[in-house]
Amino acid sequence: MAVLRDELIGLRSMDDMIKARQLVRDCAIFQGLSLVDQTKIVTAASELARNTLVHGGGGEMRLQALNDGPRRGVKVIFADRGPGIPNIELAMKDGYTTRGGLGLGLSGSKRLVNEFSIESQSGKGTTVSIVRWK
Amino acid sequence: MERIPILKMGPYLLVTIQVDMHDRVAMTLQDELTQRIVSERARGVLLDISSVDVVDSFIGRMIGNIASMSRVLDAETVVVGMRPAVAITLVELGLALPSIRTALNVDAGMTLLKSARKMAGNGRPAR
Repeated sequence: MAVLRDELIGLRSMDDMIKARQLVRDCAIFQGLSLVDQTKIVTAASELARNTLVHGGGGEMRLQALNDGPRRGVKVIFADRGPGIPNIELAMKDGYTTRGGLGLGLSGSKRLVNEFSIESQSGKGTTVSIVRWK
Repeated sequence: MERIPILKMGPYLLVTIQVDMHDRVAMTLQDELTQRIVSERARGVLLDISSVDVVDSFIGRMIGNIASMSRVLDAETVVVGMRPAVAITLVELGLALPSIRTALNVDAGMTLLKSARKMAGNGRPAR
């Protein structure tokens, strides 16, 4: 699998989050994703970037344009060194929230992408990775 | 920090969101809009999101909040111009916003607000 573009940006503020959304949109356009698929991955990225900021205390986002043979896709990885998620199964449930939100961030963004993986270690942080293929 | 203008059109307030919204800008809009509904004695709010290309759960919740708050303040909210890709994404995200009224464009939204007012208008105290 070839990685065509590889960008890393910090997620420390709301401005970074807006910049992150724009970068993901650019990459999705670059990879030729349809408007609906662009919107889905940008929305998922927005949810996860907010999680990195709010729950992880900031972190970084890595954005990759992937070519797997004829398949083209966009991969986004969010990493923080926050407190971690004690119970991932619970956190992945629709409506589960620790901050009074809607509890759709993780579960909802999973539905918007083709691949979703999450790793979290208590006290060490959380990494979430998503891919949307064309 | 940028602010989203709230325009008065007769008994209605018109809000057009044209920027990629900061969470704080969204919160400020919510606050200012509720104040303006009261100070302008508005009967309805037209929220135009035709330029918005991403609605995540935070912005979606804000839209729902605006509709609920305005209803409590005796004003109807109609959300107009949602892009098809945004609608598809919102529903898949799990946020179908069942309690908001929508219309395809500003014209249709205005018609909806006027008819809602006519229907509720009988016997309602003047403002």
